[in-house]
Amino acid sequence: MFAVAIVGLLVARSLLVPDTFGDIGHYRAAAIDSIAAHEAKYAGHQECSLCHRPIADRRAGSNHRNVTCEVCHGPAAGHVAAPIDVQPDAPRERGFCPLCHSYNPSRPTGFPQIDTVTHNARMPCVGCHDPHAPEPPVPPTSCGACHGQIASQKLVSHHAGLECTTCHEAPQQHRLTPRQVRPTKPVDRSFCGTCHAGDIPDVPQIDLRNHGQSYVCWQCHYPHHPEAR
Amino acid sequence: MTAEKGATRGHAAPSDAPAESGVDRREFLKDLLGTCGAAAPVLWFGAVCVPELAAQGQSGEYDPEDHLYGMGIDVAKCIGCARCVVACKTENDVPEEEHFFNTWIERYVIREDGEVEVDSPNGGIDGFPPIRDDGAVRRTFFVPKLCNHCDAAPCVQVCPVGATFTTQDGVVLVDEEYCIGCRYCIQACPYGARYMHPEKHVAGKCTFCYHRLVEGKVPACVEVCPTQARIFGEVEKRATPLARFMRFNDVQVLKAHLNTRPKTYYANLDGEVR
Repeated sequence: MFAVAIVGLLVARSLLVPDTFGDIGHYRAAAIDSIAAHEAKYAGHQECSLCHRPIADRRAGSNHRNVTCEVCHGPAAGHVAAPIDVQPDAPRERGFCPLCHSYNPSRPTGFPQIDTVTHNARMPCVGCHDPHAPEPPVPPTSCGACHGQIASQKLVSHHAGLECTTCHEAPQQHRLTPRQVRPTKPVDRSFCGTCHAGDIPDVPQIDLRNHGQSYVCWQCHYPHHPEAR
Repeated sequence: MTAEKGATRGHAAPSDAPAESGVDRREFLKDLLGTCGAAAPVLWFGAVCVPELAAQGQSGEYDPEDHLYGMGIDVAKCIGCARCVVACKTENDVPEEEHFFNTWIERYVIREDGEVEVDSPNGGIDGFPPIRDDGAVRRTFFVPKLCNHCDAAPCVQVCPVGATFTTQDGVVLVDEEYCIGCRYCIQACPYGARYMHPEKHVAGKCTFCYHRLVEGKVPACVEVCPTQARIFGEVEKRATPLARFMRFNDVQVLKAHLNTRPKTYYANLDGEVR
């Protein structure tokens, strides 16, 4: 009787447990194959450059070198399979580029951003900028064109009257390749001291020898919006 | 804040449990044999039912045992454009409605008084509304989130039927044909990375685009990230983009105190990110 129950249990188990269950681990090994069989919709940038060599080369040397084709043109596996019948998107409307390039305070500083309301309103982006090799058509003349948040803070601060170049030396090349060529920053206390440890009237004065010990000034005071009166 | 590198694992762990239980069962059956004497049929069925320990080779040239995948995310590079979210939904046929995401973008706003606000309207696809009361913000940034593909995945641990599992190459997957839709794994995931698929009624999650990995491609989100905030590669090999990412950055994982040992590594992560 007991043996029959055991045999019955084993028969039921062999029928109910799927074929490949436990082959690799505590799961159905065949599931991996069915998941791996899912069809890819993004072809990958290597596929695009096989046919579109000139554009790929132009992009490869530009500021968009890390922006792969399918970021803007959408999934292109269908186009790779049937180049004539399936055409990928080519977004030209003004709303598309600001997905990345509209000003947003949460975006990292230095990423090129524009105010969509005031930046050449209603003009399509591709009229001035080549999306495959984008450059600013005119290098920005004011620092605030890119460093908007700092510029607007400085504007309402006690440092509003100072030019950015009072404290930073910005090489001309910084306007064209902002991340490769960086502006300088003050490095020591005596720099702030040229204004704040002299005897300039109406400017807050401190004694560098006993103020703030060994800290540098900008560890306590934010130079773009200093709070001291 | 200390930077913490997520520990990597040995390959053996997931397959230990069934192997041991198989041997126990065999010994148990042998003992049984002596007492009741029903020899032949029991032995025959025992042989059928003990799991084959030798892993069957995968079809094709792809060998999962050669890989252990992980993803790196550089928070300082994320511009919150949500192209990854769109690409993921397209690539993996994720329902377009809100609340169903394999990956999504969170916006953190940390106020001057230390208060932390996190939002992710429609995963970031439609952009983010302006920050309320702009003046009082101390820091603000975007954080891409996805399944952490934990080495010690709580979701795998709790699945009552073995429908969610860790593959040999370290990816946590869901067997859609075997999942019973009990939602236990959705409760167990500390990262909120799972959802109930509204049509299939099975658990849905990031697969690291497993179908692309076996073809030698990177996941769709990594493919389309315009600022290379997402890095994909091997955890245990040196010549891979992820290894370079981990060499040159202070890397942290989310909720390290839970000992889930994630394989999604974050660089430049703010201490307020949960």
